[in-house]
Amino acid sequence: MATRLRSTRFQDRCLPAAVARRHLQTACRLLPLLCLLLLPLTAGANDLRAVAFIPQWVPQAQFAGYYLAREKGFFKEAGLDVTILRGGPGAPPSEYLADGKAQFGSMFLSKGIQLRANGVKVVNICQLVQRSSLMLVAKTTSGIASPEDMNGKKVGLWEGEFDLQPQAFFKAYHLTIHPVRQTSSMTLFLRDGVDVVSAMWYNEYHRLLNSGLDPDELKTFFFSDYNLNFPEDGIYVPEAFYRQEPETCHRFVRAVLRGWRYAFAHPEETVDFLMHYDTIGRDSNRAHQHWMLDRMQDIIQPAGSEVPMGELQKTDYDRVAGELLRAGMIRQAPAFAEFSRTGQSHD
Amino acid sequence: MIKNLGLAGKLILFILTSTTLVFAAAFGYNHLVARRIVLKGVRETTMNLTRATAYRIESVLRSVEQMPRNLAATLEEHPYTRADILRDVKDVAKNNPNIFGSAIAFEPYAFEPQQRYFAPYAYQKGNDIALAYLNVEPYHYFYMDWYQVPRELGHAVWSEPYYDEGGGDIMMATFSVPFYRNQNGKRTLTGIVTADVALNWLQEIIAATKVYTSGYAFLISANGVIITHPYQKFVMRESIFSIAEARGDKNLREIGRRMIYGDEDFVPITDFVSGEKAWLSYAPLATSGWSLAVVVPEKELFADVNTLSVKVVLIGAIGFLGLFIIIAFISRRITKPIASLAATTTEIARGNLDVELPRVTDNDEVGRLTRSFANMRTALKEYIADLAATTAAKERIESELKIARSIQLNFLPKQFPPFPDKTSFEIFATLESAKEVGGDLYDFFLLDDAHLLFTVGDVSGKGVPAALFMAVTKTLMKGMAEPGMPPSRLLELVNQELARDNDAMMFVTLFCGILDLRTGVLAYANAGHNPPVIIRRQQPPQWLEMKPGFVLGGMEDTEYETASLTLLPGDAMLVYTDGVTEAKDMADELYSDDRLLATARDFATLGCEAQVQKVLASVKAFAGEAPQADDITILSLHYLGGE
Repeated sequence: MATRLRSTRFQDRCLPAAVARRHLQTACRLLPLLCLLLLPLTAGANDLRAVAFIPQWVPQAQFAGYYLAREKGFFKEAGLDVTILRGGPGAPPSEYLADGKAQFGSMFLSKGIQLRANGVKVVNICQLVQRSSLMLVAKTTSGIASPEDMNGKKVGLWEGEFDLQPQAFFKAYHLTIHPVRQTSSMTLFLRDGVDVVSAMWYNEYHRLLNSGLDPDELKTFFFSDYNLNFPEDGIYVPEAFYRQEPETCHRFVRAVLRGWRYAFAHPEETVDFLMHYDTIGRDSNRAHQHWMLDRMQDIIQPAGSEVPMGELQKTDYDRVAGELLRAGMIRQAPAFAEFSRTGQSHD
Repeated sequence: MIKNLGLAGKLILFILTSTTLVFAAAFGYNHLVARRIVLKGVRETTMNLTRATAYRIESVLRSVEQMPRNLAATLEEHPYTRADILRDVKDVAKNNPNIFGSAIAFEPYAFEPQQRYFAPYAYQKGNDIALAYLNVEPYHYFYMDWYQVPRELGHAVWSEPYYDEGGGDIMMATFSVPFYRNQNGKRTLTGIVTADVALNWLQEIIAATKVYTSGYAFLISANGVIITHPYQKFVMRESIFSIAEARGDKNLREIGRRMIYGDEDFVPITDFVSGEKAWLSYAPLATSGWSLAVVVPEKELFADVNTLSVKVVLIGAIGFLGLFIIIAFISRRITKPIASLAATTTEIARGNLDVELPRVTDNDEVGRLTRSFANMRTALKEYIADLAATTAAKERIESELKIARSIQLNFLPKQFPPFPDKTSFEIFATLESAKEVGGDLYDFFLLDDAHLLFTVGDVSGKGVPAALFMAVTKTLMKGMAEPGMPPSRLLELVNQELARDNDAMMFVTLFCGILDLRTGVLAYANAGHNPPVIIRRQQPPQWLEMKPGFVLGGMEDTEYETASLTLLPGDAMLVYTDGVTEAKDMADELYSDDRLLATARDFATLGCEAQVQKVLASVKAFAGEAPQADDITILSLHYLGGE
């Protein structure tokens, strides 16, 4: 989710999405009108349906399937002219979907459920990431070898949907920890400012490795290993849009899945493409994007999983919705059948 | 292949090979030691350079540290107003040209109970100092590294470098000092004083660090991120660890770890830009946790050593060429007479003994060999001359022997049938000589109208003496035989003659028979000869029974006995010498009496001549390729009766 922190003071791009979102909400209220005006102009050309997609973070291998689907013409073959907007702090997909600035958005499952429970009618048309890559990491030198050892320790935590699993985890193990608000920077952890840090397996964990820590110097706690597997990235569309153009949605999902399959089959080409993508972060390097792509394959197609690519399982849904209810972040869980429209896009 | 090389080739090959080995060993050792010496020097030089450059950077960073440290100390000790704070922060930004900006960021509500954020920030804007506040939402400075890290660690820190897009997109780093105040008797964190330093000067210092021709320096942050590097694409994008990962270079990763741990060393690496071998020295910047590295390409490091080595190799090569020529010259000097000697001896081997041997003056091995050849040639010449004479003599003797043979054979009756008007018997004999002149004899003649004398003998020894003795025996037999004389008497007379003055101690075995043609009565006497075979009609052949008798010529006054039997018409007799029964085949087996008896049975009914020829053929077939050792004489007599 996060790129490395730049301590830039006058920029908000590096802030966690949730923080930036609040700030930009006002400004974005005005944009739907503009978008409504623009949409008919872009549609119709070459009989391609023009749509926009917003990923939940800046361009990186986390969204390789989308970029490849566009680059390789899979969207065009599906009759779609897809604009991939730049995601990241200040561009939350929840708002883009709510405001109609984008028809398609990528969000965590927990975020999607919250959105719908809080009145923004979105539906999940594809659950890409099946395995949660959120994890806690401690240095072995800290002496933390089991969840119990975290008691009384300083733990770096992100906000919003990233806070859900850690809190459930601490509750399950009856831990009292000292939470430290964490940004995308790992420096605090690297300097031993916190004992435990939150990390995405495909991103921050590798940044730790690329800051000189060896895997055997790190103790990892994958939430998916502690009965807290919250599937992450999924594709969401406004329900109204889905009702009007279900076929557009299905075609979009098929093209994206095709893009992912291509990316997994051609990792070198994919990473090369990403590295030359003009908006990729200037602090990102090839080794990191390669790692991320490999891990995306691990969590989109987990080893041993029989779930078809892109399908949301009710058990997963129930687990996440249940935890959101317990945490008081939603009052009522949306009905699964209304929320999930996955599994309808197969060829 | 080596076997086919000439002597000169072998010499050159072996001497040059061993010289090369010696040279290579010496050269290799020299090269290694030279490299080690150079490396030791370079290690010192580059380590010093690295430390010196690191120190230069450190001194700038330390100068930057001074102002915020002082300010933090002041804030801890003295009361302050808003105006004090704003003046102080501006002073920090103003008084040190290296400092781009400075902030005093307070903990929530720490400056004023109603104010959550208070963080004035003074920074250079043109030639002036501008003031801003970092407390505008959503800028939660509390969670920024520059604030959070010193806050959580409780001591001053340098941040990781970053690009400040607001400050003209230049690379910066921030030094942050936490300050504390007593609240309710407790030392409580109150805020963070910072100083931002633009790092463009860093690039200049490091870019100016030149080592050899293409050596260069680079700097990494405490997280391993490349801060400066001649290859701009790496800067802030790659870390030493991401480069190590992309290149699969475990060694580089280990070096990176040592660098960020604050070690210093001089180690070999694979340059991650050029991919060539290089040496890297690194030293830490203690204040910031950064590490400076200096890379020297190995080929430049060892350029002098390599040049020297090339020259040494060149000298070696010239030396080799010289050595080659000298060896070739010497070996040709040695081998040339040998080669010409070889050509000469080849000529000698062909038989040309008059060929001139190379002239030698030296008394070395080749000279001695040549003289030996000369002696050998002389000896050979003499030997061949002797051999020619001997051969001529031998040829003469052989031709004389041939003549003797024909004379000898002329002694024997060769006319068959010998007495065409006699119908009462048939006789046939043959003598097959083993050598040119043999010792066998046979004879037959009519004593009177009614008596036929026949005899078969075998002289001891062979050759001319045997032939002469045989001639004497035959002559005596013929000369002394008289009608009515019994065979025993004849033998006694002949023996008397032969035995007298027999200095040569020769003797002869002899069978003598006299057949009465009218009655068929055969009187016979034996002088140590093989018993003849008697073949009676309708009966199997058998040995003739008789007294053995002593050989003729052995002893004077020997007495012989005459025995007799009566032949019926159709009966026959086969008289032979031991050349028949003692003929040997290839396996050294004797023809034997039994085989003769069997052969006689097979051809019992044949006529005289046919019978003799068949027996002779049988013996020859038996002997096969084996050489004939003794004369073979066979005589066949058939009594027909009717006179």
